[in-house]
Amino acid sequence: MPILDMSQTDLREVNRSLQTAAQSRANDSYVIENPRGSHAVAVGLDGPLEVTVKGSTGYYCAGMNKEARIHVEGSAGPGVAENMMSGEVTIDGDASQYAGATGRGGLLNIRGNASSRCGISMKGIDIVVHGNIGHMSAFMAQKGNLVVLGDAGDALGDSLYEARLFVRGSVKSLGADCVEKEMRAEHLGFLSEILARTGANAKPDEFRRYGSARRLYNFNIDHADEY
Amino acid sequence: MTTRTEPRQSRTFSREVNSEIRRAAATGIYDIRGGGAKRRVPHFDDLLFLGASVSRYPLEGYREKCATDVTLGTRFAKKPIELKIPVTIAGMSFGSLSAQAKEALGRGATLAGTSTTTGDGGMTEEERGHSEKLVYQYLPSRYGMNPDDLRRADAIEIVVGQGAKPGGGGMLLGQKITERVAGMRDLPQGIDQRSACRHPDCTGPDDLEIKILELREITGWEKPIYVKIGGARPYYDTALAVKAGADVVVLDGMQGGTAATQDVFIEHVGQPTLACIRPAVAALQDLGMHREVQLIVSGGIRSGADVAKALALGADAVSIGTAALIALGDNDPKYEEEYRALGTTHGAYDDWHEGRDPAGITTQDPTLAARLDPVAAGRRLRNYLAVLTLECQTLARACGKSHVHNLEPEDLCALTLEAAAMAQVPLAGTDWYPGKPGF
Repeated sequence: MPILDMSQTDLREVNRSLQTAAQSRANDSYVIENPRGSHAVAVGLDGPLEVTVKGSTGYYCAGMNKEARIHVEGSAGPGVAENMMSGEVTIDGDASQYAGATGRGGLLNIRGNASSRCGISMKGIDIVVHGNIGHMSAFMAQKGNLVVLGDAGDALGDSLYEARLFVRGSVKSLGADCVEKEMRAEHLGFLSEILARTGANAKPDEFRRYGSARRLYNFNIDHADEY
Repeated sequence: MTTRTEPRQSRTFSREVNSEIRRAAATGIYDIRGGGAKRRVPHFDDLLFLGASVSRYPLEGYREKCATDVTLGTRFAKKPIELKIPVTIAGMSFGSLSAQAKEALGRGATLAGTSTTTGDGGMTEEERGHSEKLVYQYLPSRYGMNPDDLRRADAIEIVVGQGAKPGGGGMLLGQKITERVAGMRDLPQGIDQRSACRHPDCTGPDDLEIKILELREITGWEKPIYVKIGGARPYYDTALAVKAGADVVVLDGMQGGTAATQDVFIEHVGQPTLACIRPAVAALQDLGMHREVQLIVSGGIRSGADVAKALALGADAVSIGTAALIALGDNDPKYEEEYRALGTTHGAYDDWHEGRDPAGITTQDPTLAARLDPVAAGRRLRNYLAVLTLECQTLARACGKSHVHNLEPEDLCALTLEAAAMAQVPLAGTDWYPGKPGF
């Protein structure tokens, strides 16, 4: 298994090696050692590849990932898996702000907590947070699923579009146009599958579902007080 | 018979102002429109070229070469963009514009040897296929954003702001959200689609620096990375964009257009293009980056004279949006009857967001859009770009310059005190401008 040691190899070489390996579609496995909080680690991977990061990363780890499976054995800085298209990113520790921002597909599995604006403008990604999430999470979230085993901070789902939010713990407050919705069989089925897939210790019926009331979808002056 | 004075209209409460008050009272909502600022602001018209004389030696028109080429992205990008002319096409989205209009922009720009730019809505095959050089905008909404299109682009433009609304986002109304537009944006059809005013995952110059690093890593450090700013605080915004690692700064003054935002925003936020250029150039010079980081200026560019004046003030290139749409056929008098039916007239039509454009440009209505022949419209744009270039060359030769980039502030004078202060060139007939050191 190739090892890229970031105490000896610069970021450009690390990403070039990973990107080349992903494009070869050989299903290789790489290990990154000593990431030391580096930014933009394992970004732009475009193909099946296993990457294990032995430590914590800085901003935008796994940005725009396609198909690759990236496992960070530490915590991740802001914007982890931003605009991910597909594949799977797992964070053993906590994730900072904007985790999964604008993600269009794939799975982001955060085993710790996620900070504010988790899933902001998400566009199809599935995000599972085993701990808590911070304020303004799922702001303007368009599509996909955010599953939170812990609590959610203020203004969850503000200005939400069609993304589905599932929270097991408390929600400090809901944002504009975000409401609690009925949990139907299809949602329980989805939760059952994704909880099993991410190794989450929770039962589907412990969650509540939140979504858009769709009252702000077309501008109406009578709703101006909502903003 | 009583002698009466003529009825007198108030300059404060003019008929135009009163009509807006009545409109607001009737609807309860602010006016939303496209286009840029319509108010009179100091502009390039307030500057003149001095031309050659005994103390300056002109070049022969039609005989001696006056080059117009420009290279953008020389700072870090492995593959800078080489343009034949210093005029580019500004970002305008598929969604706000029809697919035919985007294709026409690509065709015209390619024929002229310059670049065009995507907009808030992703990259379409029409524009990629017809644009030899295409700049891919990276916007706060990230609609349609994907790494494949990033790699297919010739440059990446991170949009922090735009001149029509620095600090503001946008709204594409539901009537323009067709199935195709909705699909590209991952949103349902027919709903209003907001374009956020700030990026979801970076909030300042330090974050921006890391964002640029990420985009470079994803694209192998090949693509020039532009940072587009609205004309708010041009000195500091330019300096911070350079600090963040931009290859190119795109500076958009308040006359720059937009597809849709509040009229109050368009007319009351931001600075005129003329006022923005010198502070931006000063920032580049103070950092030792003038010409190493290229400056593109946009907002109200209409003629080769405007191009030449912007270059003389220190820009490396200009960008056109509204003028390009007019060249394609926007606001054409031949549709006057239809403009009147919409309650407006040609030249004043600015409800681009409503999708009822008779010229078939700012619409998603298939019947209207089919009116625009992208081949013929692209040819018109190419012709217009050629005229801008010829006019710019003519003025540069008259100033004795063998390259349009050799134009300089010393070639200019100002007709008004305001223009003299903003452009920092002498008031005509004097050697003084407001704020000149030593006076």
